Amino acid sequence: MTQQKNKKGAVLALLGCLLLLAAVVLLENVSVFLPPESVPNVLKPTSQLFAVLKKGAVYSLAAVSMNLLNGFTGLFSLGQAGFMLLGAYTYAILSVPVAERAAVYYLYGGSAVNFSFQDLFGSLFGTEGVGGAVSMGLGVMAAMVLAGCVAAAFAYLIGLPVLRLKSDYLAIATLGFAEIIKAVFQWQALGPVTNGANMIKSFPTFSSFNITGAGGKVILRLSTFFPFLVAILCIAVICMLINSSYGRAFKAIREDEIAAEAMGINLAKHKMLSFCTSAFFAGVSGALFAMFVTNAQAKVYTTTMTYEILLIVVIGGIGSISGSCIATFLYVACSEWWLRFLDNETVLASGVKLPFLRSGFRMVVFSVVIMIVVLFFRRGIMGDKELPDLFRRRKTRKEAAQ
Amino acid sequence: MEFAISVLISGISVGGQYALIAIGYTMVYGILRLINFAHGDVFMVAGLLGIYLSASLPLYLSLPLVLVLTVALGFCIERVAYKPLRSAPRMSVMISAIGVSYLIQNTATYITGGQPMTYPTIPFLSDTVKIAGTSTKWVTILTPFLVLALVLALTQLINHTKTGMAMRAVAKDFETSQLMGIKINSVISVTFVIGSALAAVGSMLYFTNFQAITPTAGALPGLRAFVAAVVGGIGSIPGAVVGAFIIGICENVIKSTEFTVFSDAGTFALLILILVLKPTGLFGEKVTDKV
Repeated sequence: MTQQKNKKGAVLALLGCLLLLAAVVLLENVSVFLPPESVPNVLKPTSQLFAVLKKGAVYSLAAVSMNLLNGFTGLFSLGQAGFMLLGAYTYAILSVPVAERAAVYYLYGGSAVNFSFQDLFGSLFGTEGVGGAVSMGLGVMAAMVLAGCVAAAFAYLIGLPVLRLKSDYLAIATLGFAEIIKAVFQWQALGPVTNGANMIKSFPTFSSFNITGAGGKVILRLSTFFPFLVAILCIAVICMLINSSYGRAFKAIREDEIAAEAMGINLAKHKMLSFCTSAFFAGVSGALFAMFVTNAQAKVYTTTMTYEILLIVVIGGIGSISGSCIATFLYVACSEWWLRFLDNETVLASGVKLPFLRSGFRMVVFSVVIMIVVLFFRRGIMGDKELPDLFRRRKTRKEAAQ
Repeated sequence: MEFAISVLISGISVGGQYALIAIGYTMVYGILRLINFAHGDVFMVAGLLGIYLSASLPLYLSLPLVLVLTVALGFCIERVAYKPLRSAPRMSVMISAIGVSYLIQNTATYITGGQPMTYPTIPFLSDTVKIAGTSTKWVTILTPFLVLALVLALTQLINHTKTGMAMRAVAKDFETSQLMGIKINSVISVTFVIGSALAAVGSMLYFTNFQAITPTAGALPGLRAFVAAVVGGIGSIPGAVVGAFIIGICENVIKSTEFTVFSDAGTFALLILILVLKPTGLFGEKVTDKV
């Protein structure tokens, strides 16, 4: 009976994801299918809406991977930005086409890594037309998986000494490792690989996924679809992990380490598994982030970024995956889009100049909003419930009423 | 040799300035078990206040006023952002601290326009002096002595006054001390007041040396001071001071070599090394888990 219910839930979830993806594709292709005059400004490709959707997809994966560690396993880690940096650089280094390398690494007289996945697959499938698209897609995918693997491998090495620390000490130690990683990637001596403190660019980004016809005209936009696809796939894997016996062990560790150990859960093994998995997906989201901002530069991945993601996780509800996703989109939309008007000096029709409105005011209002949410909604938007729980409870209430 | 001495002197001086910030972190942590992420930003605000006030007031008025206003800011932050969350899980309070830090930084960006501001030169402190063949500012020489004096005064306060006794009691056991009739809220407020006052003094010394203040200028010194507090064993005041001097000297030694990029990384590497060898820091109390 329960198994049947689970199956039904999985099918529903799958349908929901497919619908969401279809909606995203439709939304971003309105401007392609309809004549330009009838497209509202919001749906034009340059609209903030799509930037928000892309960044939201990237950050929701980062937030969910942090939630896996902080919310489900109870390990308080602040190393997220470091793992994202590892992912971003791995992706960038392995994806810059060989032809572009001399230009990107001009300060170091060319790159030490003369290889890219795109060229590798290009030699198999060809570099023109459909073959080119296939080799680009495969190259991006391969580099992304490797980005996750590198982050996970580093997480394993970091986890060996660090995971025996408790709560705040673990947090500050992981934060320290993130800073160390950042410094190493800015080191001049590693310049031929990491391009020093300069940015790596010219690798495939989200807009490379738009399908263009002859004459450079876009036939089908997939630039928002792609981050959604990757994020949904990864979040689905995390969901499955959490609902497996490993996930139950994680939750047991979160509730009470000593009791969990007494029940026969191998603490070290499960903590490490959670840490590495979280790092893997943080690495993938780092690769996505590099694609979103179209470059990889170490100084972007600061502790502020980790705090931002932690804020999102807590606002969404610690231990709720759907909460993290919803909170991400609200957070990104609020900070990048909806409050944008606060940055412009506005003069009303009656000639009255609105006070306070000038560059920077948006972020002040935004942080006040965040403080209000933190102070008055302590358990976050969703608490530790998931989206389906909300419907289920309503149903049982209805049944009880009958 | 002269180079080594100058590196050492500036290391000790910066370490002293970090110590003043680190005490704020360590006292708050000792009592509330809260990493007060906003403390570094309070330090930055003290610097900005120094700039704005000394532009219109003479120094002998503006510096005390900076102290008073910074203390007021620390007090308000505690009352508005941390007190309502006293019974909430620890994570919520910490997020609140991150939120406050975010708010302060964004407000500072809004007010200053994001441009770096220059800290005023304080007469005497900014004058140069020659010591052991290297020239440096008076502030560099004075800092360690001032820090030691302040720390001695603070330990006297904590060990020999009623407020200090209450603070120690609250740090040991929150609930029992409440049952014993200690007014928790006023004790916590006093902690924040002391922490902010020391941060204000620290800002005067620190920004006399490093004069440019941006809205994020408090973040890095704050982080380093926090690391110092952890290295020394968080919750312990002598630990924080010793840790801060170690961190300050290490940072300056690394900065004087060709590995300047690694000055912060070295600090963190030291932190991790100490945490792995001695998980509660140099002077930290050993905690045992109870089932």
